[in-house]
Amino acid sequence: MRYSGFRVIKEALTGHKGWKPVWRDPQPKAHYDIIVIGGGGHGLATAHYLSKVYGQRNVAVVEKGWIGGGNVGRNTTIVRSNYMLDGNEPFYEFSMKLWEGLEQDLNYNAMMSQRGILNLFHSDAQRDAYTRRGNAMILHGADAELLDADQVRKEHPYLNFDDARFPIKGGLVQRRAGTARHDAVAWGFARSADSHGVDIIQNCEVTGLRIENGKCLGVETSKGFIGANKVGCAVAGNSGRVMGMAGMRLPIESHVLQAFVSEGLKPVLPSVITFGAGHFYVSQSDKGGLVFGGDIDGYNTYAQRGNLPVVEDVCEGGIALMPMIGRARLLRMWGGVMDMSMDGSPIIDRTPVEGLYFNGGWCYGGFKATPASGHCFAHLLAKDEPHPVATAYRLDRFRTGRLIDEKGVGNQPNLH
Amino acid sequence: MIINHPLLGPRDAAEFTYLGDASMIDRPDWQAEDAAEAFYDYAYLRDNLAGEHRELWYHEAGDRSWLVVTRDTTTHEISKVELARDVARARGRSK
Repeated sequence: MRYSGFRVIKEALTGHKGWKPVWRDPQPKAHYDIIVIGGGGHGLATAHYLSKVYGQRNVAVVEKGWIGGGNVGRNTTIVRSNYMLDGNEPFYEFSMKLWEGLEQDLNYNAMMSQRGILNLFHSDAQRDAYTRRGNAMILHGADAELLDADQVRKEHPYLNFDDARFPIKGGLVQRRAGTARHDAVAWGFARSADSHGVDIIQNCEVTGLRIENGKCLGVETSKGFIGANKVGCAVAGNSGRVMGMAGMRLPIESHVLQAFVSEGLKPVLPSVITFGAGHFYVSQSDKGGLVFGGDIDGYNTYAQRGNLPVVEDVCEGGIALMPMIGRARLLRMWGGVMDMSMDGSPIIDRTPVEGLYFNGGWCYGGFKATPASGHCFAHLLAKDEPHPVATAYRLDRFRTGRLIDEKGVGNQPNLH
Repeated sequence: MIINHPLLGPRDAAEFTYLGDASMIDRPDWQAEDAAEAFYDYAYLRDNLAGEHRELWYHEAGDRSWLVVTRDTTTHEISKVELARDVARARGRSK
């Protein structure tokens, strides 16, 4: 069923009796060509591109809970491509372009809003670093604009410009960046994948990988064994657990990232804003809530909740940047488990086990990457070779020293 | 989280910084034949366990001691706290 304005009017006139569930609830078949483990944003996007772009018709997504119940429903919905390094920027710009056409591609309203992102800087050295990053972005075909303090003040007069320690000296803007409704992204990908014949099997936990003579033959699940020619793992947050079933140790630690939303307010924030002197990023949802977050808690955890010191740190950062939010009340807060990799960049690659493929290590930047991650993982699964924009995301780059470390902090996952 | 420091008693985890898996105590021999491979493993690969996890914490805002904390990564419950010095010596790491 295609969605359109005409369809909405027709349903309104006929008592809304024509709306149907947008994906099936199938029982698993005995064998698939490709199984994707994980019904989150990346897994569903992989299924969508596998079926729509790469022509794979015999595909299943297996999800232990319900689709979109993990990190794709827990992030702060920011979409951007403001990276610097060669291994990253072409990939994220590819993702940004996919975001721009996503709603047409999926025939689904993902509430994509290109409201822009402003990264503030507070010192001359930081201005230099942002200028360099902006130039790298432009060289890779993305958009970037450097604003001085007066230009920032014109657009965002409510910020705390004259802080004694961290005065705002300007900002790097990416106008094409913005936000998208994260649940709708998961649902849109699921609906499209289902309509192209993908079986989305929910409440089906993978409990083991059947590997014989170095080849992956399928997955053991709570609904029995399901055979497959190829198995792709897209379970970021739980990558250590699932790949551990194949006896693999990964260059990844699992950490919790907390996110927060205030009560609904009248429109106050026209774009996404990040603080350059602390870790704080904020946007305003269409319902009016200020959606914000900061650092990860910093210790290994699989619990989807964090501790209070980070809550305090995030709120301090917010109030230092825009004192007005001190008057808003916090409505909800939650945590999501992140794959923090050893260089802060993701992995999309084959594994030493034949027929087993891995997608993970997204740190806390996975949401913006959703379409490109799915596209590139689908490319890898369908063609057995990496997509041209994802060739740097190799699993063995830590062994060979080809790290992609945007922040330059080395093998300390909780600092990325 | 509260870390029950073996010398100082219960302290707020915010006084500490976190390094990671306590396996980092076992630094490989740099002169061994397979040193490159052993250091790759040591520097980059982690068990990343869900459940009981032994990890290194540094009491930065306290007595500057390194601790080995045994903590459940699914509940944050801390079951054991030792001085890293004692753990390392027990493994023959230092004299």
